[in-house]
Amino acid sequence: MQLIYEKSVPGRRAARAPRRTVPAKDLIHKKFLRARPPELPEVPEIEVIRHFTNLSRQNFSVDTHFYPLGSCTMKYNPKSCEAVAALPGFLQVHPLWPQLRGGGQLTQGVLRLLYETERLLSELTGMAEFTLQPLAGAHGELTGAMLMAAYHRDRGNRKTHVLIPDSAHGTNPASAALAGFEVVSIPSTARGTVDVDRLRKAVNAQTAGMMMTNPNTLGLFEPEVRTIAEIIHSVDGLMYYDGANFNAILGRCKPAEMGFDICHLNLHKTFATPHGGGGPGAGPVGVVVRLRPYLPISRVVKTKDGTFSLDYDQPKSIGYVAPFYGNFGVLVRTYAYCLLLGRDGLRAVSNHAVLNANYIQEKLRALYPPAAPGRCMHECVLTAKPLGVHGIRALDIAKGLIDRGVHPPTIYFPLIVPEAMMIEPTETEARETLDQFIRVMLDLARAAQEHPEALKQAPVTTPVGRLDEVAAARNMDLVYNG
Amino acid sequence: MLAELGAKDFDALFADIPAALQTEEFRISPGLSEMDMVHRLNRLAGMNAVQLVNFCGGGFYDHFIPAAVDALAGRAEFYTAYTPYQPEVSQGTLQAIYEYQTAIARLTDMAAANASLYDGGTALFEAIMMAFRITRRRRVLIDTGVNPIYRAMLKCYSANLSFEFIEVPAKKGITDRQAFQAQCNDQVAAVILQNPNFFGCLDDGTDVIEAAHRAGALGIISVYPLSLGLIKTPGAMGADIVTGEGQSLGLPLSFGGPYLGFMATRKPYVHKMPGRLVGATHDAQGRRGFVLTLQAREQHIRREKATSNICSNEAHCALRALIYLSLLGKTGLVETAELCASNAAYGWERLTAIPGVKGAFPHYFFNEFVVSLPTSAADVVSVMIDKGFAPGFPLERYYSGMENDLLVAFTEKRTKEDIDGFAAALESALNG
Repeated sequence: MQLIYEKSVPGRRAARAPRRTVPAKDLIHKKFLRARPPELPEVPEIEVIRHFTNLSRQNFSVDTHFYPLGSCTMKYNPKSCEAVAALPGFLQVHPLWPQLRGGGQLTQGVLRLLYETERLLSELTGMAEFTLQPLAGAHGELTGAMLMAAYHRDRGNRKTHVLIPDSAHGTNPASAALAGFEVVSIPSTARGTVDVDRLRKAVNAQTAGMMMTNPNTLGLFEPEVRTIAEIIHSVDGLMYYDGANFNAILGRCKPAEMGFDICHLNLHKTFATPHGGGGPGAGPVGVVVRLRPYLPISRVVKTKDGTFSLDYDQPKSIGYVAPFYGNFGVLVRTYAYCLLLGRDGLRAVSNHAVLNANYIQEKLRALYPPAAPGRCMHECVLTAKPLGVHGIRALDIAKGLIDRGVHPPTIYFPLIVPEAMMIEPTETEARETLDQFIRVMLDLARAAQEHPEALKQAPVTTPVGRLDEVAAARNMDLVYNG
Repeated sequence: MLAELGAKDFDALFADIPAALQTEEFRISPGLSEMDMVHRLNRLAGMNAVQLVNFCGGGFYDHFIPAAVDALAGRAEFYTAYTPYQPEVSQGTLQAIYEYQTAIARLTDMAAANASLYDGGTALFEAIMMAFRITRRRRVLIDTGVNPIYRAMLKCYSANLSFEFIEVPAKKGITDRQAFQAQCNDQVAAVILQNPNFFGCLDDGTDVIEAAHRAGALGIISVYPLSLGLIKTPGAMGADIVTGEGQSLGLPLSFGGPYLGFMATRKPYVHKMPGRLVGATHDAQGRRGFVLTLQAREQHIRREKATSNICSNEAHCALRALIYLSLLGKTGLVETAELCASNAAYGWERLTAIPGVKGAFPHYFFNEFVVSLPTSAADVVSVMIDKGFAPGFPLERYYSGMENDLLVAFTEKRTKEDIDGFAAALESALNG
């Protein structure tokens, strides 16, 4: 498709500027003005509409295709949550209003929504308090790691490193490093869970804490999580729960009861807020009571008369991780989602997410062996390795899925599984969709054997075929210069 | 399905979880119907004073958003997709990001831009980390005209990283040249300016950045992108890294988020940039297509050695900004910026004509300025709220000694009638 810039014709325009109601005059000295106007597109409104409408049609999305992208929890995003997030009473609230004297009265609705959302997340995780400020999952991790640092600093602990399983997402080590910690990688056992003996050997007085997700990235529940927590706590370390996989245990387990002290949740995963093509997300962080003093400012508090206000008087706080109160629009959707589902509905989420993943794992087991024995949780990690004899890799299966109308699963992650395909169907898919996916996967395994060369050409139904990523990196064409 | 898996009930699927770690105790109400949920949210939305005529800015502005922005960004093919890991089924998102990168580069006069960061504050932090990687130095000089909320964020992020963060107080509303020059030496990785600055003042930081370059340091400028329809670009001032808050480009105020951090830089520094980048390439048949590129910088490959920990960014906000800029186009952005500036100029005339009220600084401004009142600005604000105005932001909260100073912002949405009403209300508030 042409770029919007390639459709530009000098003199054309879409929006008409609003009428000037005040007198016009020379306003700003020339030396502060830009030399030439920015070269933005000059296109009529209908061209803008067609351009972006047609661009949108080049995407696979949850609303158009099955999207079992493992670890990303691509569930259905309810339209009613979108509708309430677009209420003018939310969209038009300026974030500085509550900081005005007498400004609390201007924002009671939004503050109450924040307060109640914090309570809901606390209840679901067992954490004493939540901050809604972190703007994405990785931002929540960084906030959590900074909380860890603040805790140790306050106690006079000299801590240098954080332990992270080798199966972890790359954001975990990257976040720990940004909070000033060294990262020590803990190997997994053959079954794919944390090797507790190796962990014991790695723990010492300099251990600040451990970051882990449970279930882990292989879709397995870490059965020894309480033991792990005891080991970490024995050196005054803190346990960090990465909520990337919280969908598996929603309404059934509370991270605080597993021994975790800090936890972030990805609202764009478990709480059905849309992924937006890569964001915005939200990564609220919960903590146990003893970490409460370090939470970011401000805190939403309920006063004695039942009104809500913001408390900035937190002397031990790590400070401001975000300019205001988090990605508020995402939080509205989360709150609405929790209200819709309620207690039983939230528990049903994990029930059906785990059922659907196990169903796929069982039906595909013969041709795509699971990376670990036994049942999985909300996602299954399978390997395409047996197809290697035909010269077919996980990448080829992924591209073959595209031609058959399915968004590929996550591939080549976790790193510890060769030819990994991480499949997360989520709870919102019907059995018929899963069966269709299973038929397609079996068909692809057959195609790998019978027509491997054809499969190597996939996808052929898309606007472009496999793209030359090496050329992209070499040419660094990041900006249109026409 | 359960039976096919040999499970007698859902609990059987969770047998790997020790019973002691499972619970049914959740103090959460039963689910609501859609109608009841909407009713409840409507009530909460109704408890916010959005009827106020808003003159509050401080880096976050009440601009008009054309309907087509919501219509197009509201297409579910965009917002229910995820990060475009599979390019063949994500060309919509990828091409849009490429076009967005182009728009930001053109707006700021820089060679390249990334696919977005969380907000203007985290973007500034990422710019500092980038400057450390480029210069291998660990000190920054930052003007106090930079948004105080961002400076507070930088303090938070710097707590565990060994770097020096030196604030250089603004002098009479703009950058103190002498103070910067005195401290700009071979230890300094970057100087950080904001234009227009938090007081709304316009400045040309070219000389400050030249001094930084002479010391081997970089120049970082945080900008208000809508103002770039009119004012001198960071590229023209010699900036090496440009960041900013993209909220003004078609994003609602939404009580603080989601917003849009943007970042642009010069070509030699692209490899040091954090965040996702989209590049143009081609398929085997020579058709143009777009992919995520230079991923070896990122956390999923480099882990603790990555340029940043960012994964999810603000892609959908970037899409909104691109649609907004496409709708306004080359002339529309300039006209909108001019309208903001005209309204502010008129506001200045009206407000400074009130006895006892005067402009705090003698500088040019874009759409926001500081007025000094004869009494506490915070007190006046609470009276003005009762009169139906969100009259601006009292600076006392972030600048000691500025108790009587009020930061007032104007956008294209404010009419002459709004501004006249505001001036009249302020005059009566001061006389009351």
